Amino acid sequence: MADNDTRAEPAAPPSEARRPRPGQAVARAAESWVAAFRRRLGAGEVGKLPAVLVLAAVWITFQSLNENFLSPRNLSNLSVDIVGTGLIAVGLVFVLLLGELDLSVGSISALAAAVFAVLNVNNGVPEWLALIIGVLAGTVAGTVQGFSFARTRVPAFVVTLAGLLTWNGLMLYVLGTSATVNLDENGLVAKLTSHYFTNDAAAYGLAAVGVGLVFLMSCLDRRRRKAADMPHRSLRETAVRTGGLAVIAFASAYLLNRFQGLPLALLIFLVVVAVLDVILRRTHYGRQVYALGGGVEAARRASLSVARVRTAVLAVSGTMAAIGGLFLASRITSVSQGSGSSILLLNAIAAAVIGGTSLFGGRGTTWSAVLGMLVIQSIASGMAITDTPAAVQFMITGGVLFAAVVIDSLSRRSQEAHGRA
Amino acid sequence: MPAPPLLALHGVCKRFGVVEVLTDIELEIRAGQVVALLGDTGAGKSTLVKLISGVAPADKGVIEWEGGTVQIRRPHDARDLGIATVYQDLALCGNLDVVGNLFLGREIRRFGFLDEMEMERRTRHLLERLTKDVPDLRARVVSLSGDQRQTVALARSLLGDPRVLLLDEPTAALGIDQANEVLDLVDELRDRGKGVLLISHNLGDVKALADRAAVLRLGRNNGFFDVNTAPQETILSSITGATENVPRRTAAPDAGW
Repeated sequence: MADNDTRAEPAAPPSEARRPRPGQAVARAAESWVAAFRRRLGAGEVGKLPAVLVLAAVWITFQSLNENFLSPRNLSNLSVDIVGTGLIAVGLVFVLLLGELDLSVGSISALAAAVFAVLNVNNGVPEWLALIIGVLAGTVAGTVQGFSFARTRVPAFVVTLAGLLTWNGLMLYVLGTSATVNLDENGLVAKLTSHYFTNDAAAYGLAAVGVGLVFLMSCLDRRRRKAADMPHRSLRETAVRTGGLAVIAFASAYLLNRFQGLPLALLIFLVVVAVLDVILRRTHYGRQVYALGGGVEAARRASLSVARVRTAVLAVSGTMAAIGGLFLASRITSVSQGSGSSILLLNAIAAAVIGGTSLFGGRGTTWSAVLGMLVIQSIASGMAITDTPAAVQFMITGGVLFAAVVIDSLSRRSQEAHGRA
Repeated sequence: MPAPPLLALHGVCKRFGVVEVLTDIELEIRAGQVVALLGDTGAGKSTLVKLISGVAPADKGVIEWEGGTVQIRRPHDARDLGIATVYQDLALCGNLDVVGNLFLGREIRRFGFLDEMEMERRTRHLLERLTKDVPDLRARVVSLSGDQRQTVALARSLLGDPRVLLLDEPTAALGIDQANEVLDLVDELRDRGKGVLLISHNLGDVKALADRAAVLRLGRNNGFFDVNTAPQETILSSITGATENVPRRTAAPDAGW
């Protein structure tokens, strides 16, 4: 919603009849973008800026410490490593938008992986069926929690704390005596994170399709607005915005192609995040989620079904946790009693918050999970590459999380102060 | 035979726990009529508004809509009947923008997705009729000033062409100019045949605008007045309790202890 600043702009000012040089056009579009951005900053909406700055700082620091950090190989591995926890974080964004927390996602992710492993490896159930049952296990667990949260009005973090223990116990029960189950190295689930589209066309194609879709949608929207005589972005601004996206997309595609090509895991991750983003920001359901985060009582008075939305949100969170858990299992091709450790939960929450989703509810997008996960995984990867002990990694990640929460809190306060003026 | 009132309440009661907040309330709102709801702080005015709007449904009593008995158990029911409310606390979602708040719960869809453009167009249209000071439609409501928020809440209540409006202190947070805009609007609504229930502390406004006044005192009716004929002192003394128009029930003498 924050990106929807469609400021008044005359359709075609007469002075524009002379074609400006492209350089000038870009500079002017950038100027108007900066102005809009500063206005938002002044209103206390920092959005994703801090996370982008932190990410840049982390990359510059580690690149100067070790020149292999920004190598295609390391970045490609990084892009696969973020997927498992990132998918869990995407589900958590939904819960955070309500202003609630889901503490059970780590346990649910491990439960789903255990269900899959035991069904497939120990009992010979076909992989696709075991996969679906594993994901559904997460959906059911999430729905049960959501229903309890919605009906009993016990805060979600308490309900899901009980869930954390319950699902963890259930996972140990499902695994039974087998401490570790090794997955089929060439199976479907293992392929999730090991398969790469080695053909260069795949990565470039994805970049082209993504950028093309964004450009097409903004052009269609612009045309409709213009036809209805509504304020709309200038063509220049649209082009510059899409251009910025295109640079990032094609640069990433180029880097990925210099290693092994487009990873399947990254493709799935980006598609899931994009689809969920559209659902949150462009559908009736998503609007309800945001509204509940802005004020439960206000939403109720606007005839929203609070209980149904709450149940659905925790169901989404459980489902995403299960999918994330399967990707995590795929990465190490095994499921053990130690899967779904508490650090996984903390990383997922940290990722969403570092990426700019507010702990107070009502602000954030699924893309913040991607950005936050990039920050966290970059720190982890940089630490590994420079042989820094894990203790330091935790402390640095903790510091970044703390900074993110402080920024979140300050921006919220500044917004309220702004409103009182 | 005159047409039945749009909305009528008979013997309506509401209790929170052991406290009876509203007792045996009678109220009628007719089309093209502004009814002022008056009473001291804590008389139950806002509770009555929440009761009619389905936020805090009645425990006992009958609610009639155009002569037929209806149930209002949740906000949805009230909206389906054609009752719109501006709450005293406005009940806006601060994190949503102006357009999002106006259409919350009744978004316009196009191919299954929200039609932001159409909603924005209608919002602009509506707000331009209401006020000279149209806020940025894409600004989050939390960043708007008090009177802009009031305007947004008022605009939201008008969306969907309701037949009865409940306005809980719609001018309390406004400066004089904006307050007059709102009062003109109430006048216009009456002319268009809407029923309006107006809560206000300003007896001057009530005198100028309302057709009838219903006074609440300690959760009970304490008189109905024709605003045009009843002297202000009579209404005032009814509000303060100097005149008790409804005999207070005393505890029954054979009540056990």
